[in-house]
Amino acid sequence: MCGIVGLFIKNSKLESQLGALVAPMLSEMTERGPDSAGMAVYRDPNERGCKITVLTQQVDFDWANFEKSVSTNFSVNKFFVNQNHAVLSLGSSINEVEDWLQSNWAELSVTSAGSNIEIFKGKGNPSDFIEQFDIKSMTGTHALGHTRMATESAITTEHSHPFSTGQDLCLVHNGSLSNHNRLRETLRRVGVQFKTDNDSEVAAGYLSWRLSEGDDLDEALNHAIEDLDGFYTFAIGTKDGFAVMRDPIGCKPAIMAETDDWAAMSSEYRAIATLPGAENARIWEPEPTQIYSWKRS
Amino acid sequence: MTTIDLKKSTIRELNEKLQGGSPGKKFIVNNTVGKHALSVGLTKEIDVEINGHVGYYCAGMNQEASIKINGNAGPGLAENMMSGEVRVTGNASQYAGATAHGGLLIIEGDASSRCGISMKGMNIIVGGNIGHMSAFMAQSGNLVVCGDAGDALGDSIYETKIFVRGKVKSLGTDCVEKEMKKEHKDELAKLLEMAKMNYSVDEFRRYGSARKLYNFDIDQVDDY
Repeated sequence: MCGIVGLFIKNSKLESQLGALVAPMLSEMTERGPDSAGMAVYRDPNERGCKITVLTQQVDFDWANFEKSVSTNFSVNKFFVNQNHAVLSLGSSINEVEDWLQSNWAELSVTSAGSNIEIFKGKGNPSDFIEQFDIKSMTGTHALGHTRMATESAITTEHSHPFSTGQDLCLVHNGSLSNHNRLRETLRRVGVQFKTDNDSEVAAGYLSWRLSEGDDLDEALNHAIEDLDGFYTFAIGTKDGFAVMRDPIGCKPAIMAETDDWAAMSSEYRAIATLPGAENARIWEPEPTQIYSWKRS
Repeated sequence: MTTIDLKKSTIRELNEKLQGGSPGKKFIVNNTVGKHALSVGLTKEIDVEINGHVGYYCAGMNQEASIKINGNAGPGLAENMMSGEVRVTGNASQYAGATAHGGLLIIEGDASSRCGISMKGMNIIVGGNIGHMSAFMAQSGNLVVCGDAGDALGDSIYETKIFVRGKVKSLGTDCVEKEMKKEHKDELAKLLEMAKMNYSVDEFRRYGSARKLYNFDIDQVDDY
């Protein structure tokens, strides 16, 4: 069991409250996933270059030294540290920055890359995660969150969701995949890299691979229905919005709701109930294998 | 009449109060915000009105009580109900009425997948559509659908009668369309009246078991 929440702001006046609105949703999903939590937030686009989030496993990592090293090599638009993560908005391409990180700072792992996305995650109770990362103060256009109850692999920050699936893309998953070991090997052979033995990371890797093969998101998800065996409700964050899809059996729960001000999805209604105007929202359950998406027009 | 506000009372307090209610008493429950296991295990003839959407397993194991939910219900509504009545004014999520032995379940909106799975004598009336794999291995009772039915309706069904007013996307293994005889029309009319659903029985088709899976048959091996 895991919990998923997604919130897409339609009324731009609410963008300043994104974190304050999504934090109680995530908190409400604690019982579904008390092991770890994570959040992808889309905000402050850095169109002239890239935005990358990095994560360290070291408790006493010297961020000041890292920042110095970044600023000597790149033009820095913005750099900030949040707990064991740092977000780098730089004037270079994603490939340049990732190659440089790989060669010089291999102990850091990249949790997200794009122009808008930032991904933060940590093991432990979701309410601690919300406090430590100060989720409530975050602004932005949309956010996707996850609370994890681990069933098939270890509880670490790197095993936590969301998983990056490409530029400005991320995946959160409720369910379990049964063919992830074989699929991971197949994907490794075509060059997809994995950091953990987590099944959801394989789904993320699969989508990244399909997208790199030229699929659009809908095509990639339709291929996933064919190639992924197991139970899943997926929520995929994109630069402009997010998409939701359930497996053909529709085993894992999902509920969606929309008002004039926002569109939301969650594993359960009680997370949506925390939003203003939820009692009068249009509410429905997504059909199996149907892709539902919201986009900024 | 007793009003219980779930902003102030815990779910355990609510269920203890309801379970202790003497026959004829009426309860109103407010501020449900999708909470789980509301109004479960009731055994007396009381009236419960729940205002708001409810989460998992509402009205589970109900006996005798009459429960009305003004909102939508999450998964497992009225699971294993024995008797009494449960009415939802909105939609119900997966496996509503699963394994239920008796009573009346009325869903005014749509029901999701696996509605009435393994039902054992309950009557379910759905005002809208039902999802896939509904009435899977359903043993007895009636499932009435005023809208459309999803894939694999009545797969491996025993003796539950299914009545569908709209389209059936596909029938499950061993489920077939059957003749609507007078006795079936009479029974359906009674159920529609109980649910206060105003449709003519002539608009419905009946589905049930072909009874080919009751005994092992080597020629049917692919269907098991």
